[in-house]
Parts: sequence; structure tokens; C-alpha cells
Amino acid sequence: MRLFNRIWSRTFAYVVLLGFTAFFVVPVIWLLLSPTKTDHELVVGNPFAIGTLHNLSHAIHVMFTFEDYALLNWLKNSAIYSFGGILIALAFSIPAGYGLAHTQFIGRRTLLGVTLFVMIMPATALVLPLFLEANAVHAVGTPWSVILPFSFFPFGVYLAYIFYSSSVPKDLLAAARIDGCNEWNVFRRVALPLARPIIALVTFFAFVANWNNFFLPFVMLPNSTNYPLPVGLQDLLAATPAFNPGQGGQVPIYRPELAIATIVAMAPVLIVFLFAQRSLVSGMLAGASKE
Amino acid sequence: MQSVVPKRTSAPLGATDSLNPKLRRKQRNGVAGYAFVSGYFVLLVLFGVLPAVYAITLAFTSTGGHFVGLSNFVKTGEDFRFLPAFEHVGEYLLIWLGSLFVIVVGLALMLHSISRRVSSAFRFIFYLPGALAGAASVLVWLFMLDPTVSPWREFLSLFGFKNLGQTILPGHLPIIFAIIAFWAGAGGWIVVTYGALNNIPNELIEAAELDGAGAIQTALRVKLPLIKKWVTFMLILAFAAGTQLFVEPQLVGEASLGLISPTWSPNELAYYFAFQDNNFNYAAAISVDLLVIGLLCAAVLVFRTKLFEVE
Repeated sequence: MRLFNRIWSRTFAYVVLLGFTAFFVVPVIWLLLSPTKTDHELVVGNPFAIGTLHNLSHAIHVMFTFEDYALLNWLKNSAIYSFGGILIALAFSIPAGYGLAHTQFIGRRTLLGVTLFVMIMPATALVLPLFLEANAVHAVGTPWSVILPFSFFPFGVYLAYIFYSSSVPKDLLAAARIDGCNEWNVFRRVALPLARPIIALVTFFAFVANWNNFFLPFVMLPNSTNYPLPVGLQDLLAATPAFNPGQGGQVPIYRPELAIATIVAMAPVLIVFLFAQRSLVSGMLAGASKE
Repeated sequence: MQSVVPKRTSAPLGATDSLNPKLRRKQRNGVAGYAFVSGYFVLLVLFGVLPAVYAITLAFTSTGGHFVGLSNFVKTGEDFRFLPAFEHVGEYLLIWLGSLFVIVVGLALMLHSISRRVSSAFRFIFYLPGALAGAASVLVWLFMLDPTVSPWREFLSLFGFKNLGQTILPGHLPIIFAIIAFWAGAGGWIVVTYGALNNIPNELIEAAELDGAGAIQTALRVKLPLIKKWVTFMLILAFAAGTQLFVEPQLVGEASLGLISPTWSPNELAYYFAFQDNNFNYAAAISVDLLVIGLLCAAVLVFRTKLFEVE
């Protein structure tokens, strides 16, 4: 009876898990296959049929040359905003996490508490206030209006703080001081080289957050040449006859082309996901397992 | 407690401070501490504190800059679009949090009961759509919900949907956004919940089984109470993020041929006040409403759960 129950519940678990696998995977497979078909084939054909390379290259050609390579321009903007934000965030959050974990100063606990609060609060809640602020100093429309808010990444500070306080023993730093290092050199020569896993972790989370951010660039950048990809996608969506038949085919962007644009938008994050898997796990463990 | 040199109680309380190594170290350490956090502190002030303070100032003043008390909050609250926007988001949150609680916890418990290698493959697959968060996920789901091209067209036709317009009727949006949020976001939470389950000592589970508890009883009566903290964490974070809904109604609205209100969610309403009406004070008032919700969620997490013990 016990055995029977166990087999039954395990079978049930597998059935449910496979069902959800379909739910999570089918949209991705459909998306990857759709540019190989024509818009008409998407409507009449089997959703999982594989189309032709000719269709694929046609859709790629149309999408990339659209409006003087707008897609490539958005891709470039996304890269500049995301990596610009990450670089500044890293440059400030690693020392800050170290300082919070291994130095004493008045206001340290307050700073830690405030960091925790802003970290938990959804970043979206600050977008309109940031816009109002940027508007007051006439910074709206500049790349900095997106890069600088991206560079404020309290979660990175928190990760660095946890890493330094849990996996870098004070004795190690004390030894460096005894060897004659000043505070800056203790950080630069001892603490910073140890931070490699945390740099990878912060880069990963900041990249995913920046790359997919829609609301901030949407309000900050009125000019389509400055759009990052997600905002560009909305532009395509508004103009395409695939979703707005009223557009009457002035724009040659149909579903296969939209699928290409979506794939281009998600590919960098997907690649990071696939490649970062192992090092991410080891990075998280490095923070957790050592004393 | 943080001093780095061994305590030297025997050291003479120095005639001059510079001769007292402990004090000297402490002072130097203090200055160094400020140097390390200063860059981040500037960013925190410029892009965390100042915008919030500025929004609060705007929310309490008129377009002419005079202090008007709560007037902006009252007027935006009485606006005919205000209540529906919060109702929409409330409905969405009910479905989204309910599905997070039941399905994410359920799936994590199931993953925890099968072999580790198989479960890691499942976890990766569930996590994968997270790469398409935001605008890309909405676009993908516009395809999925369009009965003319969807791989699930038979399923959609069961409900009598014949075109995209019928699937994305305004009344369907809360559940549609919940599905999108679940598709792109549930995987990450499944990974977190599974990790929490993994931290339960094996002896506890074995003891329950020795006492005759079946798989389901063990899951509900032993495992679930032990991961309560993480489930609370997930629900509060999802709630806080869910109140901020913007890109989903914005993009689906774009494809709805004007059927969906451009002020569907509170953030969209704030955006509308700022960009269509040029009324930054009203926009700031709604932003402050949303900020307060976010702050309350953070306060509950920090003070009521013991998840973020900083020392």
C-alpha cells in the first residue's frame, strides 16, 4: 500500500512537471521557429512545422534593414546603457560592500538599512520621480538619464557586503595591514582580487535588470534613435499591420519579422543565462559555503 | 567588535593619541570607510533619495509651486480613472499571488521529491523564460494569445476566441498578465523555493516518514511550515513589483486597437498625468502613493521576517 502510494504520487508529480515544461517551453520553441515561415504559413500551417532558410534570411533582411538599420541601432543603445550602468555600478558597489563589511564609521548601520530598503522596493516605483528630477535639470533625452539611474544598484552593494562579511575573514585583512599595506592597498591587493565571483554575480543581475528595463528608458528618451531594444519593440508593435490592421501595410514588419526582433532582444540574456549557469552557481556557493 | 588589531589592554592610555595604536587604527579605518562608500553614497542620494524627496515636494505643491497639503492626493484619488486602475492591479495581484503560492510551492515540492539530476533539468527549463522578461515576454504572449497563429489555437477556440481582439478583451487582462508574469517569473521563484526545501535537514523528513506520514502529508505538514519564511518573502516581493505594472498593459494596449484604456494601471495613470496632461503634481502624487506601497512592503520584509539579518 505504501509502495503503491509512493509510485502513484511520483507518477503524478512527473505528469504535472511535464505539463508545466510544455507551458514554459512551447512559446520559446514557437518563437524560434516562426521566422523560418511566412506570415501566411504561420496562420495556416502546423505551429511546429519548420520553414525554410530562404524565409528566415528574408525576414532577417527585412527586419535589419528596416528604417536604416534601426534594430541594430537599438541593439547598440541597449548595450551602451546596460554596460555603462554595470561598469559604474561595479566600480561603486564593490568598494561600498567592502567598506560596509570591514570598516567602522559613523552611519554605517544606517547606510546598510537604507540600502536594504531601496533594494527591496521595486525600482519601477522610482521611475517617474527620476523623470521629474531629470526634467528639472534638463537631462531628459540624454543617454545619461538612463545610464546613471542604472548605475545605482543597491542589490549589488548588498551582495558585495554579504560576500565580504561572510567569506573574507578579518584575519586575512589584518595580516595584510601588518605587512604594511595601507587601507587602500588592503582593498586593492587583497579584497578586490577575491571579489571575482561577486563581480560575476552583480554583473549578471544588473545585466538582466538593465537589458529588460522598459519603463525608465521609455519615459526618459523621447527620440526613437535613442531607444534601447525593449522600447524599440513597442515602436514596432505600434507600427506593424500584424497587430494593427489599420496601418494598411505601410510598414513591412509582419509576424516573422517581429519574431526576429524579439529573438534579437532576448538573445543576449539567454546566452548569459546559458553560459553563466555554472559560474553563477559556484559564485553563490562561494558566498554560502565558506565560513 | 570590528577592530582589527588584537585588543591591547596593557597598552598605556597614551599621552598623545598618535601613540595609541588602537585609536589610531580606528580613526584611519573610519576615514577609509567613508572613502569606500562615498561613491555609492552619492549615487544613493542622487538616484534614490533625491527623486523621492522631489516627488514628495511636487505632490504637496500646486503647479505654481504653492503648498497645497493633500489636495493633489485627494484630486487624483477622486479622478474617475484612479479606482479602476487600482482595482485592475488588485485583481491581477490576487490571481498572480494565488498562482505563485499554490503552483510555485507545489512544483518546488514535487521537484524536491524526485531525483536531483532530473529536477535540475526541470528547474533550468522553468527558469529559461526569465530571459524574456519585460517587453519581449509580452510580445511572445501576444502571439500565444492570437488564435490565428497560436500553437494553442485549439485550446483558445474552446473558449470561443476567434481573433486576438477577443482574447485580450479588457476583462481578461488581469488573468493574462498573471499568466505572462508566471511564465517569465515563476521559474526564478521555483529555484529559490527548491533551495529553501533543500536546506531542511533530512532527519526531520525521515522522522515524519517513520511516524507514518505519506508523501503529501510530509510535504504539507513538515516541509511547507519550514519554508514559510521564503514563501512570505516571495509573496511580498511579488506584491510590491505587481503594484508597479506598466509595460504589460502598455504593450497589450498597443495591440488592442484602442479597446484597452491607456490608464489601465496606476503607473500608466501617473504617466498619463505627466505626459498627456502635463500635470507633474498629479503624477507625483500617484508616484508617492506607489512609493508608499513599496516602502511598506520593504518595511514588512525587513522588520517582520528575519531574512535580512545584516549582522
